Amino acid sequence: MDKFEVLTGVAAPLPMINVDTDMIIPKQFLKTIKRTGLGKSLFFEMRYDDAGNENPAFVLNKPAYRNAKILVAGANFGCGSSREHAPWSILDFGIRCVIAPSFADIFYNNCFKNGILPIRLPQEICDKLMKAAENGANATFTVDLRAEEIHMPDGETVKFSTDEFRRHCLLNGLDDIGLTLVKKPKIDTYEAARKADQPWV
Amino acid sequence: MTAPRTLFDKIWESHLVDRQDDGTCLIYIDRHLVHEVTSPQAFEGLALSGRKVHRPMQTLAVADHNVPTTDRSQGIADPESRTQVDTLEANGKAFGVRVFGMSDERQGIVHIVGPEQGFTLPGMTIVCGDSHTSTHGAFGSLAFGIGTSEVEHVLATQTLVQAPAKNMRIRVEGKLPKGATAKDIVLKIIATIGTAGGTGYVIEYAGEAIRNLSMEGRMTICNMSIEGGARAGLIAPDETTFAYVKGRPMAPQGADWGKAVAYWKTLVTDEGARFDREIVIDAAEIVPQVTWGTSPEDVVPITGAVPNPEDAADEAKANAMRRSLEYMGLTAGQKIEEVKIDRVFIGSCTNGRIEDLRAAASVAKGRKVDPTVKAMVVPGSGLVKRQAEAEGLDAIFREAGFEWREPGCSMCLAMNADKLEPGERCASTSNRNFEGRQGRGGRTHLVSPEIAAASAITGYLTDVRKFLA
Repeated sequence: MDKFEVLTGVAAPLPMINVDTDMIIPKQFLKTIKRTGLGKSLFFEMRYDDAGNENPAFVLNKPAYRNAKILVAGANFGCGSSREHAPWSILDFGIRCVIAPSFADIFYNNCFKNGILPIRLPQEICDKLMKAAENGANATFTVDLRAEEIHMPDGETVKFSTDEFRRHCLLNGLDDIGLTLVKKPKIDTYEAARKADQPWV
Repeated sequence: MTAPRTLFDKIWESHLVDRQDDGTCLIYIDRHLVHEVTSPQAFEGLALSGRKVHRPMQTLAVADHNVPTTDRSQGIADPESRTQVDTLEANGKAFGVRVFGMSDERQGIVHIVGPEQGFTLPGMTIVCGDSHTSTHGAFGSLAFGIGTSEVEHVLATQTLVQAPAKNMRIRVEGKLPKGATAKDIVLKIIATIGTAGGTGYVIEYAGEAIRNLSMEGRMTICNMSIEGGARAGLIAPDETTFAYVKGRPMAPQGADWGKAVAYWKTLVTDEGARFDREIVIDAAEIVPQVTWGTSPEDVVPITGAVPNPEDAADEAKANAMRRSLEYMGLTAGQKIEEVKIDRVFIGSCTNGRIEDLRAAASVAKGRKVDPTVKAMVVPGSGLVKRQAEAEGLDAIFREAGFEWREPGCSMCLAMNADKLEPGERCASTSNRNFEGRQGRGGRTHLVSPEIAAASAITGYLTDVRKFLA
């Protein structure tokens, strides 16, 4: 997993609530056995018409946002299925930070496993960021995870907070499994006790 | 004396392996269900890092999303689907994990297979790379969906890094009126709390109407917890639970059975335990429900009308409603029972169990599917299918004009060949009505098996109570 320290890039506005994982990446793209290559299918139904041509009205098809690195969205982003293909497709497109008033739990977790920073902020601050993101190529934000700050194009700074352990893992690009395996003796002790007490497990 | 604890607190604390100073917990996972869509990258990760599956016997794999529901003797036609199913079987062999293959009679939807086999047991932690893992909470187990990175983590360590959830209790008090089912209860709950209402919570369902449900009805409720934003739903185990579990192939036997039941009986919320949020719903007010839009919270009574975006609480919701109405091809004020349907889907991890098929068959018996409607019944597993055939349900469905299929996820998410055409409208017993969920441009109305069967017969979304004697 790549480290996440400071990210500077264009922020794309997606002012919709309840953006679900089927919208982020529809099921026909879940048949892959790889993690990569999903970026071109991100938001497939909204991004392309029935003939497969780009829908010019969709935000990520507009010249200013084609290389967006940040997404500002409405409440309950990522609701629905557990598919990690959703963050994989966002990452593969080049977006590494999603800002919204709230996220669905599983999607939120999945982001951290892939070096994507999901930022939860109050509705009124999201509204302000959404408005700034609507400024096309001028909507360049800097997200600084070390300082937990977003620097907006007009010079204003917005503070955010992240869970301490998750921030540590993102800042250092740490692999969860490696960290857990350090605790192997504790797992062994737990298993032995459970086995004695509840042999049916 | 210890402070009173909720059922969730008890299960959580009994699975704590480690707690860091920053509050991050490592919890033990008792059961891991695996399917073909969300596991290949996890097994690949293990292989690349030279890791093994830590506890293969606590892991069970079954292909369900991609499998055809028609004749399987020729295998899977779609090469990508075939690759995923083959990859699951190959990974099972390479890592020593049991796989119920496509020709195994025990094959079916992972959330139907787990309980059916006694793999799912009270008091356990159960995960799967699938959001509808919440189904297993019906047994009083903490069960939730995880992403593929977490699947890999569980395979490698049999644990997960988690933060504890908040506690919510939803009590459904009183008795359900005639024609209302577990599906109607859960749709009503989602309409009440909203699709994000359960975010950050584990929901314990309680109250007389929940207690009176069979295990299968309880699974329907817990299954759709995720549609209310909660990763997990819980129902305290009781005699109904123990009777369902007893004698299942993987359930405890002999002396272990008595010991297990004694432990399971302690799995109740203590008197006076604190909930962060509590909601009470009057069962007597629950009528058969149907969704009109593209979010599972877009629920109205079957006797109702399509709502008006002008009445929405805020502009964001009004915009979402306008988009839904356009996608669904409906207009505000339209009577639900005047909505014409083209397709009916009876099945899924929400409503693909034997009692669901019995309920739908009781409506279909002696009647005919409207000639303008294409209707299909997809049993949740091979064993559900066998049971239904032993009871003659397949004959009832076939005579009425329903297609009788092989088990799998099928048109709940349309990853296999079963899908809606653009613009087609479906009364579906599944769990999600998202845009494109059942096929690009397809329009989904979520309903109970009884309403699905009644709607197949009339060709319109129909109040099943008209069919009840």
